[in-house]
Amino acid sequence: MQNAIEVANLKKSYGGFCLNDISFTVPDNCITGFIGANGAGKSTTIKSILRLIRADGGSVRFWGMEFEGHEREIKDRIGVVIDDGSFYDHLTMAQMKNIIAPAYSAWDEGAFKANMEIFSLNPRQKISTLSKGMRAKYALALALSHNADLLIMDEPTSGLDPVVRREFMNIILDFMKKDGKSVLFSTHIVSDLERVADMLLLIHEGSIVFEQEKDALLDEHRVVKGKRTEMTEECRKLFLSLSETDYGFEGITKNAAQIKRFCPSAVVERATLEDIMLAYVGGKRE
Amino acid sequence: MNIVISNASDKPLYLQIKEQIKEAILKGELKAGDLLPSVRAFANDIGVSVLTTRRVYDELEQEGYAVSQAGRGTFVAMGNPELLRDSKRRMVEEDMQKAIRNAKLFGITREELQQMMDILFEEED
Repeated sequence: MQNAIEVANLKKSYGGFCLNDISFTVPDNCITGFIGANGAGKSTTIKSILRLIRADGGSVRFWGMEFEGHEREIKDRIGVVIDDGSFYDHLTMAQMKNIIAPAYSAWDEGAFKANMEIFSLNPRQKISTLSKGMRAKYALALALSHNADLLIMDEPTSGLDPVVRREFMNIILDFMKKDGKSVLFSTHIVSDLERVADMLLLIHEGSIVFEQEKDALLDEHRVVKGKRTEMTEECRKLFLSLSETDYGFEGITKNAAQIKRFCPSAVVERATLEDIMLAYVGGKRE
Repeated sequence: MNIVISNASDKPLYLQIKEQIKEAILKGELKAGDLLPSVRAFANDIGVSVLTTRRVYDELEQEGYAVSQAGRGTFVAMGNPELLRDSKRRMVEEDMQKAIRNAKLFGITREELQQMMDILFEEED
């Protein structure tokens, strides 16, 4: 499998925050979900990859190419959805498109019109009057109108209601149907990815915690609930996270079978992505 | 073909899916030469990752149940009829073993079990 993006030893520090030498890949033909709490470093990473901010060190390759010397080709093949207020509010969507379109050699006016139609957006409407969901859809319509092979999206679904989020994800799945397409999608709403992601990347306090196939991750982890009276010190060590109350315990583990030996009456269930993420980044289950 | 993914199962997702496709092939719901859905479409429909469906197809191919053709997709293999017959026999044998285990558990004798089998066999005809 070729990689759409290869990031090696990316470093960036400012204020009290720092990206610690992070490395990961975004494989071709996959939707890579980039998860982490607010402030974990998702946006900094994405902006550094796109050179919207200057990294302190490290390298980023797109389809094996360095940015230097291939800037035009790389930018042509990437569609970006970032809510950084880069649209001019006083323009209509059609006017804004006229500014952006010439930047791409493969701009496809027909595709843009079709996308606007699909998203029920009126090109004559002013950008200042768009709701958050319409803005996200407009950004996606632009990103999908120049035959991009890679979509890079930073929190595109935050602030959207569940119905629009699902619609948005369906459009992404549709984009993936063609061969050679890839997506890097950051979000703190992990449930969005439960259905669509192929690979998952968890970032916490500026470091990558894991980079793994989503289904393998779901297969490996289990929620185990049981009686507190059966819990032992040795058994506690088998959990990634564990909460105990007077009525029982509940925790996330990779060692469900071993725990069952200590606590025969324990109940084992599959974990959700949210459970797993919280187990790694130190959150507590309710 | 039905694919039912159980959240209660201990089996990994790819294995659950692979076993159900194999079953569909052995039962004849999927016939030799049938085109399987694309890895992406299949993944979307059953709600798993394309890496999982690709793994399922790769393993089905390795085990001789499917053949992939570059640019055209993955097809149910024409297959080695002998292999298929063996697998079918094995499937029936497994069910019979289960019945025998239960029979022993409940104190049903070999003769009784054989009689039950004869009666059921006729009823099914």
